[in-house]
Amino acid sequence: MRHDIVIIGGGPAGLAAAAAARKAGIQDILILERDSSLGGILNQCIHNGFGLHTFKEELTGPEYAARYIAMVEEEQIPYRLNTMVIDINEKKEVTIISRENGMETIQAGAVILAMGCRERPRGALNIPGYRPAGIYSAGTAQRLMNIEGYSVGKEVVILGSGDIGLIMARRMTLEGAKVKVVAELMPYSGGLKRNIVQCLDDYGIPLKLSHTVVNIEGRERVTGITLAQVGPDRKPIPGTEEHYSCDTLLLSVGLIPENELTREAGVKMNPVTSGPNVNDRLETSREGIFACGNVLHVHDLVDYVSEEATLAGTNAAAYVRRTQESGDSHTVSLRAENGIRYTVPQSMDTAHMNDQVVVRFRVADVYKDRYISVYFDGERVLHRKKRVLAPGEMEQVALKKADLSRYPELKEIVFCTEVE
Amino acid sequence: MEKRELICIGCPLGCPLTVTIDGEKITVAGNTCKRGEDYGKKEVTNPTRVVTSSVPVDGGEIPMVSVKTREDIPKGKIFDCMAEIRRASIKAPVHIGDVVIHDCAGTGVDIIATKNVAEQ
Repeated sequence: MRHDIVIIGGGPAGLAAAAAARKAGIQDILILERDSSLGGILNQCIHNGFGLHTFKEELTGPEYAARYIAMVEEEQIPYRLNTMVIDINEKKEVTIISRENGMETIQAGAVILAMGCRERPRGALNIPGYRPAGIYSAGTAQRLMNIEGYSVGKEVVILGSGDIGLIMARRMTLEGAKVKVVAELMPYSGGLKRNIVQCLDDYGIPLKLSHTVVNIEGRERVTGITLAQVGPDRKPIPGTEEHYSCDTLLLSVGLIPENELTREAGVKMNPVTSGPNVNDRLETSREGIFACGNVLHVHDLVDYVSEEATLAGTNAAAYVRRTQESGDSHTVSLRAENGIRYTVPQSMDTAHMNDQVVVRFRVADVYKDRYISVYFDGERVLHRKKRVLAPGEMEQVALKKADLSRYPELKEIVFCTEVE
Repeated sequence: MEKRELICIGCPLGCPLTVTIDGEKITVAGNTCKRGEDYGKKEVTNPTRVVTSSVPVDGGEIPMVSVKTREDIPKGKIFDCMAEIRRASIKAPVHIGDVVIHDCAGTGVDIIATKNVAEQ
């Protein structure tokens, strides 16, 4: 079995990549999805706020997904559900497994990685206590409530102020539960400001920054937790413990790109993003293997996932059709420093780049009235003042070919923050 | 004259707004688009929200369908609407935009489906 482009994951990234690859003229595309429907995590994100950028209107997650599913259906792009990819090797052979057909191998002309991310589990946090029922990652609780229709709990404490935790604080309140507190280890929230306002402030739910859970009580079911303040070293301060009775603890403590398959394909990984390193075509260190969406780096907005995936789909199509510009390449590396944690992409080919390349990144801390600066081999070419920068919100800078063409000897582009 | 500091929830940018209320005259500063000005004015006079939830589907291929208020409703009506939504269900097949509840809790706003659910 052979397909020109194999897309791993039928969520927002995979769907947008497929639509773009078809638009670029590739007929033979296959989307592989392990769940029983397309749409990925958007299916359980029933709240609104999606699509303002892409569709200029405010949609819920399922509505946003439906728009892209409709594009894929209209174009009759084949997809396989309930199909799990278990291996990708260096020759772009994709091994899949399904109930209907057992194990099969597909030779892909190009692969687009669009597997998304997973939630950080309790096991990664080292919270003492038993392992009673009633401890959920926020996304698991979200799926149980919104898709399966279960009631998750009545008295709730949420650890972590990532967006899913904030959304679930509101969701559980609306379903009649009492959300007692949201605790955040860091001195700032990891979620979008709008979610603090419309999910916590609207319902009078307190947010305790620099706090963490130091004990979980209950043997069969959670009966309570102990919260403590943490110091600058993020260690609990003795004497600050407070007890909360609750039957449910939700964890919203970070998302990790799901890259087991990527590693098996021998792709170079980035320790900061936990995703692969890519160039401006979103191609990994393995020729013909592209990556987009949350598997590449965790995004704050699905609109940017769609945009990125469109680029990956278009470039994978160019790779398959051999229509990429040839001739000598000129590789420039992108580096993040002083308050910027990473950039995506990590390198670019200025000889063959598009008219503009969007570089996305996150900052390391909350900064007020700081500048985002870009240096071409030590020369500052961009100096943009931002009122507020926060790690929870992705930033972006567009590099233009016209500007870069004035630096033919360029070796490195540095992204950093500056106080003045 | 009263000044209120708000965070715009119109889009994920979350612009910090300063709304000045001078009798009948309300001015908004700090917004970066028209949506922000509208939000600022509304938030200090008649704050509204879109409410989303999910309801059971009878005979559907999946057990629940997601729903929302067709438009934003007054903030004070959120829990009245939720009480009606929590009693509601719908028969499959369901299409995006199908009305699940007419005129929810006297707001004049319908609750509509936001997902397609086929029959089992």
